[in-house]
Amino acid sequence: MSNAAEAMPGKAPVQSGARAMIEMQAVHKWYGEFHVLKDINLIVGRGEKVVVCGPSGSGKSTMIRCINRLEEHQQGRIIVSGIELTSDLKHIEAIRREVGMVFQQFNLFPHLTVLENLTLAPIWVRKLPKKEAEETARYYLERVRIPEQADKYPGQLSGGQQQRVAIARSLCMKPEIMLFDEPTSALDPEMIKEVLDVMIELAQEGMTMVCVTHEMGFARTVGDMMVFMDRGEIVERAPPAEFFANPKSERTRLFLSQILAH
Amino acid sequence: MASETAAIVVRPSRPAPWRDPRLRGIALQVVFVAVIAAIIGFLAYNTTVNLRRQNIATGFGFLDREAAFGIGESLIAYSPADTYARAFLVGLANTLYVSAIGIVLATILGTVMGLARLSRNWLVAKLAAIYVETFRNIPLALQLLFWWALLREVAPGPRQAWQPLPGVFVSNRGILLPVPHQDPAYLWMAVAFAIAFGIAYAVFRWARRRQAETGRQFPAGWVGLALALGLPLIVFVAHGMPLEMEWPVLRGFNFAGGTAFSPEFGALLIGLVVYTGTFIAEIVRAGILAVSWGQSEAAMALGLRPGQRMRLVVLPQALRVIIPPMTSEYLSLTKNSSLAVIIGYPDLVSIANTTMNQTGQAVEGIAMIMAVYLVISLLISLFMNLYNRSVALVER
Repeated sequence: MSNAAEAMPGKAPVQSGARAMIEMQAVHKWYGEFHVLKDINLIVGRGEKVVVCGPSGSGKSTMIRCINRLEEHQQGRIIVSGIELTSDLKHIEAIRREVGMVFQQFNLFPHLTVLENLTLAPIWVRKLPKKEAEETARYYLERVRIPEQADKYPGQLSGGQQQRVAIARSLCMKPEIMLFDEPTSALDPEMIKEVLDVMIELAQEGMTMVCVTHEMGFARTVGDMMVFMDRGEIVERAPPAEFFANPKSERTRLFLSQILAH
Repeated sequence: MASETAAIVVRPSRPAPWRDPRLRGIALQVVFVAVIAAIIGFLAYNTTVNLRRQNIATGFGFLDREAAFGIGESLIAYSPADTYARAFLVGLANTLYVSAIGIVLATILGTVMGLARLSRNWLVAKLAAIYVETFRNIPLALQLLFWWALLREVAPGPRQAWQPLPGVFVSNRGILLPVPHQDPAYLWMAVAFAIAFGIAYAVFRWARRRQAETGRQFPAGWVGLALALGLPLIVFVAHGMPLEMEWPVLRGFNFAGGTAFSPEFGALLIGLVVYTGTFIAEIVRAGILAVSWGQSEAAMALGLRPGQRMRLVVLPQALRVIIPPMTSEYLSLTKNSSLAVIIGYPDLVSIANTTMNQTGQAVEGIAMIMAVYLVISLLISLFMNLYNRSVALVER
């Protein structure tokens, strides 16, 4: 196990902003007539953790889905890990190899066992030998604290376990960046903590992360920067302490009062 | 008050027999079986009494007698001097022949149309939709008559036969195709093909093992295809490329040589394939749509290519939705082939009809048809269920 540990990505925490891992410049997107993203500018440095929040329909999911091209932007530039996202399939593939993503609905492959879920992409995309892929997979299952579930099918696991498998599945590709799209929103309250614990650990190891979430406790603990979006725009951005203590915009204040009310 | 209620509930009491669900179940089943047995008994008694009153012999003895009627087309040797049993066999062979080819072609057509209807190309999707909506909603019997009329009435006589390709003739006598002359090269090409198939399988296994060990991938599919096409081609060239064909030639009022499909067979096959293809198209489309878009997104986010996404993630999940209804389409195609009787293709039903007219053995004839279709259907069902088990999903 120890040599597998040495091969981990982002071993040492790097000072934030050392090099831009994600750069979005004046990004616009429309769904037909509807302007979903309006002039988005965002720079995420290596090892930086950005937490994106905002009311539903504000475009936060759409924004992070643009980073690995699950959504196409129509104007502006997006540069991920030094590669510009264009319609060039080579670039898209290269970026997707470096960017892991965790979905609200887990999206595990129900016809494969947990272990097969974890080794599928390393075998077919990274072209690893099966044995090596399985070793890595078991290492990450250990990390997300469910090594005993390796041979079960996703349908046999609880929601929290499934989401941890999904995180491990992304990590098996050894990505440089992890995107989280409301990872705890579909979970029962008692399972949220087990998923957040895994995410906090990951953050403390220096992974570059962009999380769309309303877990403000998590944001305070690990966030380097808060981004507040509303109606397709980035309304405010600030370090968590400042963001929660004295939000500048009226809209931010209103939103925070609503979600922190109880 | 509360303790009183509790005492009542706790007391173990047997319900009256007519309120005990278990006893009631048994009683109902006994009654049910008795009623069914009574009905069957009455029908059998009634039939024998009626047959005896009309002096009709029962039993399958007639099968050994001479059939004394001609059959238009047959896969096995047959003449009117053969027995009824042999005539039945001819009908069975014809039914199996048209059903087997029909199932293969309908699956191909249906899959292509199902995928086409999901295409992002507007024209392709709309054309597929028009095909499905048109042919699914016209009764099959009507379609068969239409295709048959097209081939039989609209097609010209042999002398003015259409020639869509050199050597291929379409006339009201059927569709004629050229066949290659007998040549030892063809046998060796078949052998080469079989060998190539074996090698391709070995390569496939080797490629899988190597990928598991080293992670390197090997285009086993392409190599296999090259082998399967290449080896027979080499044999073909080595034998000096014998390209002589036996062409259909007009002689007198009809064609000689080549091979022919009768208009009846053609109409039945086209009708069954086009009709069943619409249902298969919808099944394939539904199966693929049943796999949520999130699955594709997860596969994309992991960097899988479109082909890998389809093969490794979407198809394995779609298949488990597709297989069970596909089984019933195969069954209904086979059973629908009995509509051959209305356009005069000599399938099992058509021949049994003639037999019953000649011998009066209607009960035996119908019983044989039913038994045969039942056996065919059960066999198809068995194989499809075995296949289904191999792709089914483990849920819990």
